[in-house]
Amino acid sequence: MSSEQTRKLVVLATIWASLILAPYWMVPLGGYTALATRVLVLGLAAMSVNFLLGFTGVLSFGHAAWFGLGAYGAGLTLKFLAPSTPLALILGMLLGGLCGAILGTLIVRRRGVYFAMVTIAFGQVFYYIAFQWSSLTGGDDGLRGFSRHPIDFGVFKLDILSNANNFYFFVLFCFAIVVGAMGYILRSPFGRTMIAIRENERRARFLGIPVERHIWIAFTLSCFFMGFAGALYALVNNFADPRGLHYSQSGDFVMMAVMGGMRSFWGPLLGAAVFVVLQDYLSSVTVNWMSFVGLLFVLVVLFFPRGLLGFLQRSKA
Amino acid sequence: MNVLEINNVTKQFGNLVAVRGVSLNVAKGEMCAIIGPNGAGKTTFFNLISGFFPPTSGSIIFDGQDITRLSTHERVTRGMARTFQITEIFPELTVFENVRIAAEVAGGYRLRPWMSRSEITKVHASVEEALKLVSLEGKADRLVGELAHGDQRSAEIAMALALKPHLLLLDEPTAGMGDQETFQITQLIRRLHRDSNYTIVLIEHDMRVVFHLADRICVLDQGRMLAQGTPQEIAANETVQAAYLGNAA
Repeated sequence: MSSEQTRKLVVLATIWASLILAPYWMVPLGGYTALATRVLVLGLAAMSVNFLLGFTGVLSFGHAAWFGLGAYGAGLTLKFLAPSTPLALILGMLLGGLCGAILGTLIVRRRGVYFAMVTIAFGQVFYYIAFQWSSLTGGDDGLRGFSRHPIDFGVFKLDILSNANNFYFFVLFCFAIVVGAMGYILRSPFGRTMIAIRENERRARFLGIPVERHIWIAFTLSCFFMGFAGALYALVNNFADPRGLHYSQSGDFVMMAVMGGMRSFWGPLLGAAVFVVLQDYLSSVTVNWMSFVGLLFVLVVLFFPRGLLGFLQRSKA
Repeated sequence: MNVLEINNVTKQFGNLVAVRGVSLNVAKGEMCAIIGPNGAGKTTFFNLISGFFPPTSGSIIFDGQDITRLSTHERVTRGMARTFQITEIFPELTVFENVRIAAEVAGGYRLRPWMSRSEITKVHASVEEALKLVSLEGKADRLVGELAHGDQRSAEIAMALALKPHLLLLDEPTAGMGDQETFQITQLIRRLHRDSNYTIVLIEHDMRVVFHLADRICVLDQGRMLAQGTPQEIAANETVQAAYLGNAA
């Protein structure tokens, strides 16, 4: 028991240490800090998708909608309401989360392929709203004309706009809070009912778990996490893009989760890292970069069905 | 006092009447077995009791309250637990984790983000008690999916017991088992009935098991209640012999 716990602690410490030191080791390796920031934000989104997919066993193919809504919520707040980064994050998260919560009531009665189809359909509704409502959202051009604001601590101001490292650490701080919340929920009695539903829905029901209600709660939590990730993404780019709500974006998140390993908590982060770094590198070499990412995805699914992290864990054990 | 009172229950699927006006009372502490040929409506009857679907007509009273229209999980919350013909467990979790989920739900902690130390102790005690009842305490850390069939069935029964049920519904507890495992499960059910005084309704195919265990036997045939009585009465009943035992022999 203790050796297992020490191993887990070492792994956890390694993950956090490499995240905290990322700006220092990525640059010598040919990366740049903004790339690490993108990995964190998209990794958070993939982990939110996986909160449902890997731990409740429910595949949403429309999660980009809540991500995009979070981005627009944050962007609109900064542009029209108040120049406050924390407020933008909170309102972005609320917009994504609340829309998800409301539509979730309609979605959670479906299962399997039907669940995925309904989530795509609702996701596309939001995509077309963002696309068509040009006066508010900027339409096809996306929402521009806002930028993240220094965070005012009273005593001093943290410049997260021009200092890439400061911004990275700010995003890492936000990431840590949300990931901490996810991990905490998964270890709670409620989190165990999610896993029960994933493992055997009928058994869960006959243990007295109101399955639809629990899936709805997990779905809603996941939408809030997603909205938060989207709000961070708007801050990363100082821009909100309608394509951030498109179902192909949802597909990317599912791909990151599956490639990294959907049964492992950290897998989607690894998947997002591989995805983002490959995209960054390959897109400067060829316009067809997606076919290479796709090829890698197919290979991973064929040869490491538990994902990259699942494979690493297996070979270590 | 009756734990379960089923009054004139009918279930119709389109043109097919699967259960036709069946009534059944189960007294506290009683063990009642439901037998009948394939297609007699036993499993449909069980599904009506446990709330898989509502009956077309008739009523079901549990602990003095009408539960005819209640959902499955509400029935479980009121103290009804069941196992399935094909074992329903969480194969990738350990025996302990399987039973803990049941104990936490029964304790009312299913929506809780945290638990106090004393609550955790209470849950663990209830898990250990359930595992002891089914003699699985030595295998608590094994993955359920890796256990032998008989032990998996015991684990499923332990999950039901951790719900602290007033009524235990067992759907063919010895289905697909060899002699050794059948004996193991029969002994377990007998202990639960005799020593722990559980009220049990079971469906069973194996006649040795039924006549060995049950206080009362109900025979279903073509959706109707053909006969009910003590094992001796049923064995002597000519209609039953014609419909069922005669065919089996």
